[in-house]
Amino acid sequence: MVNVWDYVISFLVGGFICFLGQILVIRTKITTARILVLFMVIGMVLEVFNVYAPFKEFAKAGASVPIIGFGASLARGAIMATKEYGVIGIFTGGLTAAAGGISMAIFASFLFALIFSSKSKRGGH
Amino acid sequence: MQTIKLKNKPYLLNGYSIVGPMEGKGPLKDYFDYILKDDTLKEKTFEKSERKLLQDIIVGAIDKANLKVSDIDFFFGGDLLNQIVSSSYTARELELPFIGLYSACATMAESIALASIFVDNGLANNVVAGTCTHFSSAERQYRFPLELGNQRPPTAQWTITGGGASVISNNPSNIRVVAVTFGRVVDFGIGDVNNMGAAMAPAACDTIREHMKNVGRSSSDYDLILTGDLGKLGSEILIDLMEREKFILGKNYSDCGCMMYDKTERVFMGGSGAGCSASVLNSYILKKLSAGEFKRVLLVSTGALMSTTTSQQGDTIPGIAHAVELEYVGNKPVNKSVTFAKGEKKDG
Amino acid sequence: MDKQKRNANYNIYVESKVPKTKAWPSLFKAFLVGGLICALGQGFFDLYSHFFPNLAESEVTTCMLMSIIFLTCFLTGIGIYDVIGAWGGAGSVIPITGFSNSISSPAIEFKKEGIIYGICVKMFTIAGPVIVCGVVGSIVCGFVGLFI
Repeated sequence: MVNVWDYVISFLVGGFICFLGQILVIRTKITTARILVLFMVIGMVLEVFNVYAPFKEFAKAGASVPIIGFGASLARGAIMATKEYGVIGIFTGGLTAAAGGISMAIFASFLFALIFSSKSKRGGH
Repeated sequence: MQTIKLKNKPYLLNGYSIVGPMEGKGPLKDYFDYILKDDTLKEKTFEKSERKLLQDIIVGAIDKANLKVSDIDFFFGGDLLNQIVSSSYTARELELPFIGLYSACATMAESIALASIFVDNGLANNVVAGTCTHFSSAERQYRFPLELGNQRPPTAQWTITGGGASVISNNPSNIRVVAVTFGRVVDFGIGDVNNMGAAMAPAACDTIREHMKNVGRSSSDYDLILTGDLGKLGSEILIDLMEREKFILGKNYSDCGCMMYDKTERVFMGGSGAGCSASVLNSYILKKLSAGEFKRVLLVSTGALMSTTTSQQGDTIPGIAHAVELEYVGNKPVNKSVTFAKGEKKDG
Repeated sequence: MDKQKRNANYNIYVESKVPKTKAWPSLFKAFLVGGLICALGQGFFDLYSHFFPNLAESEVTTCMLMSIIFLTCFLTGIGIYDVIGAWGGAGSVIPITGFSNSISSPAIEFKKEGIIYGICVKMFTIAGPVIVCGVVGSIVCGFVGLFI
C-alpha cells in the first residue's frame, strides 16, 4: 500500500528544489517574500507549458508541497475554468483552485494568533 | 569646531546598567549591575518591556549616585523605537524634565556629551543621560516578525536587550568628562541594512580623527578607544580606514558589540543597538576607569540613521558617531558605591 | 573628492571583507529540511488516500496541503518554526509551510495591536505579494488558456 519510493523521491526532489532556493539565498540575499513569489511563478510557468503534470507524476509530494505546486494549481485552475466557463473563468478559476490552502492558512493563522503570543529569541542559526 | 573641550570637566558621578538574559551570559557578565531573568519584565508587550527597562535603568542610576529623582535637573535620552517612545514614557513616569535625543545607536555618547555641556556651563547640577534597546521590540519595528523562519546573512548583528544610564554632575567622583565631539553624518553608499557595521565605520573614522586632531592626542594616549556597535566586520573596516589616514588602532581599540557576547552565542557580527555602548560604558568601562585601571578612554558611539522607509526606497545608510573622552582623576579614593555586583535589588 | 567614486570603491572594498556563508552546510540543511517537509506531505497524502479512497487525487493533495499548513501555523504559534527556519533556510521557506509561516508569524506578532488593526491588517505584510502575484499570475494564465 505505502510505496517507499514515493517518500524517497518526495524527499529528494523537494530537497533539491530547496537546495536551489538556498543557493539563491546565499548568492543574492533574497528575502522570504521574494523567494516565495519567484518559485510560485516558476510553478505557473511549468503549468502553462504542461510540464508540471508529468513532473508531479514523477515527484509526488516533492512537487506539490513546494510553493511551485501552489503556483501550478493557481494556473491550472485558471486555465481549466477558462476552457469550461469562458472569460469569467479567467477571474474565478485561479483562486477557486487554491482556496483550500489560502483559507486554511488564514484561518489557522487567525486562530493561533488568538491563542499564542510571540516569544523572545535566542541566538540565530 | 566640532569638538568641545569642557573647561570645568564635569564628573561622571555614577552609572547603572541592566542587560537581558542572553547578554548576561557574555564575557562582561560580572560587570553589569543587573541581569534580567525574564526579558519581558512581566509586561504585556515588548514595547512596554523596553519602557520598563529604561525606567529601571534611570532609577537605578539615580539611586546608585545617592541622589533622589528630585535632585536631577534634566534627563537626556533616546532610544530606537519610533518617536523615541521608550524615553518619553520613562520621562512621563519619573516626571523628569526631558530632552529627547535621537542618533540611533550613537544616542549614549550624544546624551552624555550634551549632559556634560549643560553641567560644564553651570546650567544644571545633576543630569542623567541614558538609553536602552530591546531585541524583540527593535526586531518587530525594523525587521521581521519574531516567529518568521528566516535566515540572517553573516554580516547581520544582534540588537541587544539592555542599556545603561550615567549621572553627570558637578559633585566630585573619579571620572571626568574632558572633551566631546559631535560627529558629521557620513554616508559611503552602503545600502545593505544587514551590514550596519560597514555603513557606520566611515562615520566612526571621521569622528575619531577629528577628535584626536582637535584635542591634540594620538591613539596611543588612550587606554581604550571604544566604538559603539560596529561589530566584528565594522571594526576591521574601521582599523583599515584609520590606517589609511595614518592613525593606528592597536590593542587599545575595542568595540562594544564585539565585547557583548561569547563566541558560543550565535549572534553573527556581534551586538548592536543604542543599549550596546550604554551598557558597556556603564559597567565595564566605568568600573575600570573608577578604579584607575584605565586613565583615559574615548567612547565613540556609532549610529545608522536610516529608517525602514528609506531603505525600502533604496536610499543608502548614513552613519554618525559621537565621541566622549573620559579621564580618571585620582583625587578621590575608590568610591565604594561603584562596586559592581550583579543582581542587587529589584527582580526581573 | 568625487563622492560617487569614493562610495563605489568603498562598496567594492566592503564586499571583499564580507565573510561568506559556508555554502555546503547551509545547502545541505536546506536540502534536508525541505526534503523532510515534502516527505511529511507524502505521508499525509498516503494517509488521506487510504482513509478516503473516494476522493480525487487533486482533492487529496488539497487536504494534505491544508494539514501541513495547519501544522505549520501551530508550530509557529508555539515558537518552533522560526528555529527550524533559522536552521533550514530556504528549506523551510519554499515548501507551502513557508507561505503559511509568513502569514501566521505577523498575525501572532501584531496581536498586541488588536484583532482588526493587528492580526487582520498585518497578516499579509509578508505573504501579501505571494497572494497578489498568485492572483494576477493566474489571471494571466487564464488569458493564455483562451488561446491554447
